Amino acid sequence: MSAVESTESTKDVMSEVADPSLRALIEDFLVDYAHMIDDGRVEEWPDYFTPDGFYQITNRDNYQAGRPIGIMQCKTQGMMKDRVKAIFEANVFEPHVYCHLLGRSRLREEKPGRYHARTNFQVVRTMQNGGQDIIATGKYIDIIACDGNAPKLQDRRVVLDSRRIDILIVYPL
Amino acid sequence: MAVSAAEELSDPLIWPKEGVARVPYRVFFDEDIYALEHEKIFRGPIWNFLCLEIDIPNHGDYKTTFIGEIPVIVTRDEDGAVYAMVNRCAHKGALVCLKEHGNDKMLTCIYHSWTYDMQGKLRGVAFRNGSRGKGGMPEDFNPEEHRLEPIRVEIFCGMVFGTFSEKTPPFETYLGPRMSGFVKRSMGRPVKHLGMHSQIMHHNWKLYAENLRDSYHATLLHTFYTTFKINRLDMDGGILMSDDGMHHISYAKRDTLKEDGEYAASGVHSAQYDSHLNAPEFMDMFPEIDDGITHAIQTIFPTLCVQLTLNSLAVRFFVPRGVDKTELFWFYLGGEDDTEEETQMRTMQSNLTGSAGFVSLEDGCINEFVQRGTTGSLDKESFLEMGGRDVANSEGSRATETAIRGFWKGYRELMGV
Ligand code: FES
Ligand SMILES: [Fe+2]
Repeated sequence: MSAVESTESTKDVMSEVADPSLRALIEDFLVDYAHMIDDGRVEEWPDYFTPDGFYQITNRDNYQAGRPIGIMQCKTQGMMKDRVKAIFEANVFEPHVYCHLLGRSRLREEKPGRYHARTNFQVVRTMQNGGQDIIATGKYIDIIACDGNAPKLQDRRVVLDSRRIDILIVYPL
Repeated sequence: MAVSAAEELSDPLIWPKEGVARVPYRVFFDEDIYALEHEKIFRGPIWNFLCLEIDIPNHGDYKTTFIGEIPVIVTRDEDGAVYAMVNRCAHKGALVCLKEHGNDKMLTCIYHSWTYDMQGKLRGVAFRNGSRGKGGMPEDFNPEEHRLEPIRVEIFCGMVFGTFSEKTPPFETYLGPRMSGFVKRSMGRPVKHLGMHSQIMHHNWKLYAENLRDSYHATLLHTFYTTFKINRLDMDGGILMSDDGMHHISYAKRDTLKEDGEYAASGVHSAQYDSHLNAPEFMDMFPEIDDGITHAIQTIFPTLCVQLTLNSLAVRFFVPRGVDKTELFWFYLGGEDDTEEETQMRTMQSNLTGSAGFVSLEDGCINEFVQRGTTGSLDKESFLEMGGRDVANSEGSRATETAIRGFWKGYRELMGV
């Protein structure tokens, strides 16, 4: 959890991301991630992370209490690939799609090449029969590694406001 | 049963003549049956899970929960003992505790400020003597006759249980020796919370009670292990039940053949060999209990389950939220003195279960498919003859519905149907 605590506690001492082109690069990357999931290209999902990237869906209660177990956790790209394979080949569920709505990202620079971002989001899930619900509201707390022109997620915590999941979660958020 | 539910219902429920090998679909839809369940089951001679003792460690701590849909407060008083009561003000019935947990000296209803001590006894009534000589309670008002409805409590292996009925036997008698011994196996030690979430499922609560006891579906619906050829699991296992059939254990043992050589030295077991996983280390486990069982699911009637899957220890507790909704709580636990490495292993293994679990996410929707599939067929019934028609232990095979039949045996007796 130490990486995340530093996100919260050191944000005041971290500097703004001043360079507009760098800001645009990271913002586009975060938007591309959401579109990748929404468009059903989840097989590309692990590529958005560094090889040792960490991904977790958790909720506000667990996050604030520093509890390690959320709803989904991967500590390597390999685990993300297993998740993807399970979605396509093992897990059974009713067809549905997501639509992510992102708020504007707040970006800070920890040091050159390493950035922290917080982005609020909502996800609407549409079922095959047309039923629609907002199934997730919360914030992404990210650490992004960016050398050159290819940002990657080093650490993404998806912190849901609600502890309650409707039915199930199959696709990553 | 003196008065049978069949007689109490305006439209009597006649159970099929085949007995517990059939379940009329109506029991998953009928509002009258649902109401009667609150009287005969949740307020009946059974123990309901309330919370974990670690949820209320200090004097003055309280936590709110539910028995059926009945709102409940659990407290720890100055005397260190745990109390439980209905979260319903003795005045006009408002909720007394609004927060899910907290710490206080008194419980005060915000509507008219009636105040209760942590055992639920009425201690203060605002304007009891009126104001300026007018109003106030009648002369003969006796606070001792007005308290929060008490619930009898017993604590077993760090879990707090409550019952409304005088007739409920002591908890260990209720479970029987085999079942209580197995609870001790998984929960008989100091624990701490590692994470919690809940999931809303769109079906009657009894379909999840069935699903937990449905060992027949395990490898058919949940194909994660077979897809990834994780072939060391589910080698050998069985179903054990309490004598009354209401509670059960489903267990699977690992193949111990290869265990000694490669992994014994490291102290960490790989839970699988030759799998098709990219990152098999997410299933690494550490030796914890020395009986060879890797997967254990234990139900305690009506709405509790304790799981120990590899090292993933969790208490699952489900709450009816209307006749066709159920909220399932996942409380993931660790040993109080786990090492950082052990916590890591429990954390990664938690990917197997929960609302996004590799081998459990289907359970979030499958019972809804039953609810939807049986809509409009209320005079029809399910067919539960896998493994026979009786209620008996099944050692060596989990291709059986015996534990489901056990649930319905207990249900029918309590309900008088
Ligand atoms: S309803 Fe609680 S004080 Fe009136
Ligand atoms: Fe299941």
